[in-house]
Amino acid sequence: MKKYTNTGNKDTRSGFGDGLAELGRTNENVVALCADLTGSLKMDEFKANYPERFFQTGIAEANMIGIASGMTIGGKIPFTGTFANFSTGRVYDQIRQSVAYSEKNVKICASHAGLTLGEDGATHQILEDIGLMKMLPGMTVINTCDYNQTKAATIAIAEHVGPVYLRFGRPKVANFTTADQKFEIGKAVNLTEGKDVTIIATGHLVWEALIAAEQLEEKGISAEVINIHTIKPLDEAAILASVKKTGCVVTAEEHNFLGGLGESVARTLTLNHPTPQEFVATNDTFGESGTPEELMEKYGLNADAIVKASEKVIKRK
Amino acid sequence: MPNTQEAAFQINNAEMPNTQQLEDFVTQVRRDIVRQVHKVNSGHPGGSLGCAEFITALYQDVMDYNSNFNMDGIGEDLFFLSNGHISPVFYSVLARSGFFPVEELNTFRLLNSRLQGHPTTHDGLQGVRTSSGSLGQGMSVAIGAALTKKMNNDSHLIFTLHGDGELQEGQNWEAIMYAAGNKVDNIISTVDLNGQQIDGATDEVLPMGNIKAKFEAFGWDVLEVKEGNNITKIIEGLKEAKSRTGKGKPVCILLHTIMGHGVDFMMHTHKWHGVAPNDEQLKDALAQNPATLGDY
Repeated sequence: MKKYTNTGNKDTRSGFGDGLAELGRTNENVVALCADLTGSLKMDEFKANYPERFFQTGIAEANMIGIASGMTIGGKIPFTGTFANFSTGRVYDQIRQSVAYSEKNVKICASHAGLTLGEDGATHQILEDIGLMKMLPGMTVINTCDYNQTKAATIAIAEHVGPVYLRFGRPKVANFTTADQKFEIGKAVNLTEGKDVTIIATGHLVWEALIAAEQLEEKGISAEVINIHTIKPLDEAAILASVKKTGCVVTAEEHNFLGGLGESVARTLTLNHPTPQEFVATNDTFGESGTPEELMEKYGLNADAIVKASEKVIKRK
Repeated sequence: MPNTQEAAFQINNAEMPNTQQLEDFVTQVRRDIVRQVHKVNSGHPGGSLGCAEFITALYQDVMDYNSNFNMDGIGEDLFFLSNGHISPVFYSVLARSGFFPVEELNTFRLLNSRLQGHPTTHDGLQGVRTSSGSLGQGMSVAIGAALTKKMNNDSHLIFTLHGDGELQEGQNWEAIMYAAGNKVDNIISTVDLNGQQIDGATDEVLPMGNIKAKFEAFGWDVLEVKEGNNITKIIEGLKEAKSRTGKGKPVCILLHTIMGHGVDFMMHTHKWHGVAPNDEQLKDALAQNPATLGDY
């Protein structure tokens, strides 16, 4: 099985910040907006280097989304930055009417998604945002797995015409994808080849899936790990090709099982190739305060949970 | 006035229309409004009628725009309708200013029409730059467009229209605060002060206090047009507002209108906010507003 090396823990939000700073250099139409979380979103470099293209909206996310929509009229490519909770649930109708239905080229960039936000607790730990965003017609939904991929995705979405939701996180996590990767929206990345079970993971759960695959290998189980960074549009061909080979699937995400990646995969399978599936996701619950590791353990979102789900789903074949 | 010769309808070609021509235009717009909502037995005639003079003033006199529509709108004035439910007046003025065929008003609110109940960019209707209808969002979008104009060194202006009841939506006050705090001085936002909303008088539904003082407290330059259904006074007010742009403050016009203006039985009441006239009422409304430019 192919092995991956962690080149050193880094936060995905820094990948966003560094990607945005690079866009500042390479694309004069890119503008950035932030609702009083510039440091948290790692937007400081863009702000310092391109102050005329940086817009501080204050703690007013609805207004920020509206302004971003309007800025596209005349050719700008706005990137909004705030926590995932305030990027989606708080401003759903603004995104729905002024961005998605109005077909505006806005990039909604959301940090601190999911439980790994940690100690701030459930008020800030949104586990519903993938569902909210993927239900909007025309919205592209991306959840990146590490620093390098987040940086590459940030740069790639500037070239995509249309609204995008880019989801990433707070903690420092393994950085294992290549620094020079080309990020292709809607294109799954096959990380390992296997024949017994397909593990389809997104975001922080991709690294956990790789750890799980190693543990499964020690048990004589061959797992095929797919990194689905783009939840919409979903790479159905890649999923079906793998599942036809393995005959069962585990989906893994830092999100509620309702509305998340798992449901999108389930729909694809139901329509094309009905297959046993297990969900590694939160179980229709809010989070709570704790360290990221404690929370991922308590809510069953780590390598151990993926191993157990894999063993269970294989028995259902 | 349009800044191209592309318009399907133009008054006196390049010359500014005189007051009689503008009033004739408004009368035809009123006919278009009541005919649109009557045909499909739905829509919002009250606020549409109240703003017929204002939207006409924008598109037939004050704004410098290209009726050969381009979404980016570089080098022209832009208008954003935030209270999207008054789409009948918006559609009528857009069509009669050359953005799309006047006959298309026949499709208002019908299946497969570009003239949706509330305006949208979704179906490529020329003249519409944002979807509106869910209230309170238009000013933010307009501020974004205004900021892009500044970044593009485009000296043209952004015009907006909002209902007075719409100001109950909190997002407006985020936008009002932002625009003043960031010296967005290339925007003229007009509030249609007709004092009515669906459930009744605004003072009864949710008293909003002194709206002028509120805008001023947030840092806007505010002027009032007391006769908001007098097109001459509206144009004077809009020109005064234009003269106050570029001076570090966003500009607000408080436009005192009468909901349902021009159709006597619809005036001074909230009851025609979202109700269509029946056949007999349509006949009465049309008799009060004889055709001037020809019905579609």
